[in-house]
Amino acid sequence: MSGAAGYVAAPPAGSARDIAEAVGRGDRSARDVVDAHLVRIAEVDPELHAFNLVAADAARAEADALDRAIASGTAAGPLAGVPIALKDNICTRGVATTCSSRILEGWRPPYDATVVERLRAAGAIIVGKTNLDEFAMGSSTENSAFGPTRNPHDVERVPGGSSGGSAAAVAAGLAPVALGSDTGGSIRQPAALCGVVGVKPTYGRVSRYGLVAFASSLDQIGPFATTVADAAVVLDAIAGHDPLDSTSIPEPAPSLSAVLDEGVAGLRVGVVAELMGEGVVPDVADRVRAAADALAAAGAEVGEASVPAAVFGLTAYYLIAPAEASSNLARYDGVRYGLRVDAATTGEMMTATRTAGFGAEVKRRIMLGTYALSAGYYDAYYGKALKVRTLIIRDFAAAYEHYDLLLSPTSPNTAFTFGAKSDPMSMYMNDVCTIPSNLSGDPAVSVPFGGDEAGLPVGVQVLAPALGEATMLRAAAVLEAAAPTPKASAEGVRA
Amino acid sequence: MLTARLYDGRMPSDPTPPAGAERLSRGDVAHVARLALLELSEAELDEFTGQLAAVLDHAADVEALDLAGVPPTAHPYPLANVWRDDVVGPVLDRDEVLAEAPQAEAGRFRVPAILGEEP
Repeated sequence: MSGAAGYVAAPPAGSARDIAEAVGRGDRSARDVVDAHLVRIAEVDPELHAFNLVAADAARAEADALDRAIASGTAAGPLAGVPIALKDNICTRGVATTCSSRILEGWRPPYDATVVERLRAAGAIIVGKTNLDEFAMGSSTENSAFGPTRNPHDVERVPGGSSGGSAAAVAAGLAPVALGSDTGGSIRQPAALCGVVGVKPTYGRVSRYGLVAFASSLDQIGPFATTVADAAVVLDAIAGHDPLDSTSIPEPAPSLSAVLDEGVAGLRVGVVAELMGEGVVPDVADRVRAAADALAAAGAEVGEASVPAAVFGLTAYYLIAPAEASSNLARYDGVRYGLRVDAATTGEMMTATRTAGFGAEVKRRIMLGTYALSAGYYDAYYGKALKVRTLIIRDFAAAYEHYDLLLSPTSPNTAFTFGAKSDPMSMYMNDVCTIPSNLSGDPAVSVPFGGDEAGLPVGVQVLAPALGEATMLRAAAVLEAAAPTPKASAEGVRA
Repeated sequence: MLTARLYDGRMPSDPTPPAGAERLSRGDVAHVARLALLELSEAELDEFTGQLAAVLDHAADVEALDLAGVPPTAHPYPLANVWRDDVVGPVLDRDEVLAEAPQAEAGRFRVPAILGEEP
């Protein structure tokens, strides 16, 4: 018996939409909502370790202030009283932000990320900071310096990563919604493995100001939720131009919540042939085909699409992302923030600090990136990877001439056991279906769609062209309504 | 312990990486670690050399692609310079920032000696 049923639970105060409505009407206090979640966190998080930090006192104080404001007639925001968990690479002023790394342990940012300000303005209550693979580098949270997060569906299995803490928190009902960051699949893959909804928006749709940088041309913040509607309401709250992020798209973000129910009749949906082949386990491929059938039954025209360069995405990504990371992580040198290991000279201090502060996977990627960018190898590795990125963008554009949306697995497999992918290359293969969207900058969503033979959740990925979030989430809502209940969960048994 | 190996005999513009076991040596990894300000034990050098070579071996799949004439993409969509008006806005509080530094003195970050180091 490995699974210990009972960690998967609906959020104790209902969906984010329900909470905001009840709190906004004054039917339920934000304090009551927050307390219900803090109780649930205290019960199960010692086992799951979804959180690096639970901001219980601050959350209660914010809830009380919101209740007073609503009682005095202040208009309630679209997330009034909604508890939200933040991946611990999103800066919160005065509250430790660690990236699950020893090198930032105890660091308290002097500013809030733009998404944090926008969530607060919408009435959300931040309940804590969630665990991740160190600096978001990984697909299992096993690379956290503070220990892994466990999958609520089976505590012997990983929750996926790198945003595994946020995915597990939502799946276990510790928060109705959460934020993660997605550089190569770090929102969508853990959403799939934990059986929740996870959205990677179009690059530039959500401000990255205050997101600790991993690979700046790929990183994007997005929501986790138990429903597509909740993901949409969070995305509506955080999307839109931000002058503090020069890569932010300078146009307004239209409401997604308003169009979710419009269905898929007449939409053309292509199943990506190259992402359904070798390496995708049969149960997962079966679920994707069933999802395609469900979209067809709802009136979509479904066919087979081809994105030939997608198969080279993994290679391009594991040169581009480490190259950008090697540059971004040069700032951790023991001078301005975080860890310092004392030494006689500044140079020795920097080397000693980085050697003690970074874990193995971060060191591996820094070295891979440094190598890929070094004289003599730049053109052969990094330069070629950038050209492959062009091919992927061209192939997506060609596919979108025939299709409005594309469909694929989110992850080629369901949740695996701890230590099962200790070889780095086998771990990297987990991202093969999610990486192409990061390279192209396009949006994608993972929606739970049934389970495998053992009852572990399977996620189906819906991909859209840039700024196609509305159409994408309409299809996600149709899949959500048609999704079968995972077999073992329905029987109350876990693998 | 950290012995650098120079990339002699390979021109910076050479587009074809070496194949197989020639791809990455232990000396390469030691050199890269030094560039990245990381110190590796002998055991870590062995482990990382094998793991990084495996990743580069996987990258061999793009070597067969004819990419001549394909422009590189460094960013998902074209970005020109982004300007704003040159107006002073809110800035971080200096004391609040320095409070998070490992060491600060007289309104500045304090570091160990930087003179007299080996280059």
